[in-house]
Amino acid sequence: MSERRDWRAPLLLTPALLFFSVFALGPLIAALCLSFLQWNGITPPQWTGLDHWARAFTDPATLNSIKLTLLVIALSWLLQTPAAILLGVFLAGHQRYRAVLGVFYFLPLLFSAVAVGLIWQAILSPQGAVNSLLRAAGADAIAHPWLGDSSTAIYAVIVVIAWQFIPLHTLLYQAAVRQIPQQFYEAARIDGAGRIRQFFSITLPQLKYTVITSSILIVNGSITYFDIVFILTGGGPEGSTRILPLHMYITAFQETRFGYGSAIAILMVALGLAFSLVLLRISGFSRMESQAEGA
Amino acid sequence: MARTHGGSAEGTGAAGDRPPTRRPRWSFPLVPLMGIVWFAAAFYPVYYMLISSLREQGDYLEGSPWLPPLEPVLSNYAAVLRSGLALYFANSLFVVALSVALIVFVSFLAAYAIARIRSRTMRAVFNTFLMGLAIPLQAAIIPVYLLIVELGLYDTLYALIPPQVAFGIPLTVLILVNFIRDIPNELFDAMKLDGGGHRRTLRTLVLPLSRPALVTVVIYNALQAWNNFLFPLVLTQSANVRTIPLALQQFQGQYGVNVPGLMAAVLLSTLPIIVLYIVARRQLLGGLAAGFGR
Repeated sequence: MSERRDWRAPLLLTPALLFFSVFALGPLIAALCLSFLQWNGITPPQWTGLDHWARAFTDPATLNSIKLTLLVIALSWLLQTPAAILLGVFLAGHQRYRAVLGVFYFLPLLFSAVAVGLIWQAILSPQGAVNSLLRAAGADAIAHPWLGDSSTAIYAVIVVIAWQFIPLHTLLYQAAVRQIPQQFYEAARIDGAGRIRQFFSITLPQLKYTVITSSILIVNGSITYFDIVFILTGGGPEGSTRILPLHMYITAFQETRFGYGSAIAILMVALGLAFSLVLLRISGFSRMESQAEGA
Repeated sequence: MARTHGGSAEGTGAAGDRPPTRRPRWSFPLVPLMGIVWFAAAFYPVYYMLISSLREQGDYLEGSPWLPPLEPVLSNYAAVLRSGLALYFANSLFVVALSVALIVFVSFLAAYAIARIRSRTMRAVFNTFLMGLAIPLQAAIIPVYLLIVELGLYDTLYALIPPQVAFGIPLTVLILVNFIRDIPNELFDAMKLDGGGHRRTLRTLVLPLSRPALVTVVIYNALQAWNNFLFPLVLTQSANVRTIPLALQQFQGQYGVNVPGLMAAVLLSTLPIIVLYIVARRQLLGGLAAGFGR
């Protein structure tokens, strides 16, 4: 029986491996190869070596996309992390009103990125809810086409992204806060620590690895958000929201430059891996893993 | 449980109960305040969508963004349904059903092999799948597009399924492997004594015991497939193979300033997930959070 086991078992792996290699891993490797070619999909591809890579770091459009992506990473982190920690702490409480409010907290997760983009486009439009509110409050001067102005569009996009993703991180923090042993707080109370002191001396340090996990998700998400931005602004106005995935899409599928588009795609992967490795290094890799499994 | 002294697990210091011995002088209720603010922030856009969808199109610009219309109308919903939403629903359902069935089936077989057979090959295969977690589908979309064109699947619903399956496999395998590894060895030994092969072990032992994990991965993958926008955007173009997210984006171009119609379409397209949230909130959130395994 055991011999039979040994040759049949790998057969169980084959279908999954086949799908994965042909439609995920293979394409990633193909993208790397394509980045050395110049190809418009019609005429035969031409070998260009490292030209696209040299261009990726000098072309103003690509440099602008990298800059915007870094801005999205930084602001998304600053916006989502504190909010999600506070909300996670709030929802970790078992009071009934919190449980009731919690039902509404996760509403943003139910909508597809396209749906979120469309709802917020209506809210942020010149005649939308935000401007109505501002006018009603007498602040006509601030009322603004938030998505139509190249100086505010990227910030509006970052807020909408935060709206959709804060609940996901809240879920993570809620679970983590509930796992903190209660004795820690009892000891702190005996020592006379107030609630704020308890938060900074116990809750926050105990959440350290959750913060790392959540940060990796925010960073990698920020590098690849496509749907919301595509719907909200399409990369405009004047390229002010043309983050890397949009830049890749426009280059490859609207300008049919598959080679250069692939270079941008690989750049996204490299950026994501680099950030993740740095974050993992900061946190100490092995302990991080055991935390992630428990989460 | 909900009414206990608030100090069970969540004492959390920040918002739990007060120390019995000595009350803090004063503390700013930052956390409850944040809780209320987020309630408004999370709920308002959904509410706005609902009230806008009930307005007459001409009435939309004058209407208050805070109050529901005095005379709600359902004409926007009727208009959206007439414009073919049912077909897009059917397309999405087809893609979701086939993708999820394939993902879960092939991942289940692979996870069983990885969890039960200890060998260097198995570990290498598992690590390959884990590496897959780091591949964003945006990065692979150009070769996927070229491949789908080459296979002659471009602009069909079948174009959407293989890439969806490929990108669903890594996380699904990871979750299932972790789960199957936790099944006690004694059960497998007993199975072996009974002379059960892989097929029987899978069907009568692993399958029933993995049900909670299977529910999670089914929900996770169904949501991913239902909401996916990039694959249909790049891999299809005809109206008759549109899935829901792509149809919504097309409505945006087609309806232009008809916000009430657009909001009705968004609400209808999200209805299945809202219903799922109402009947199975815990499982749905578990499925959503499954992505955190990464």
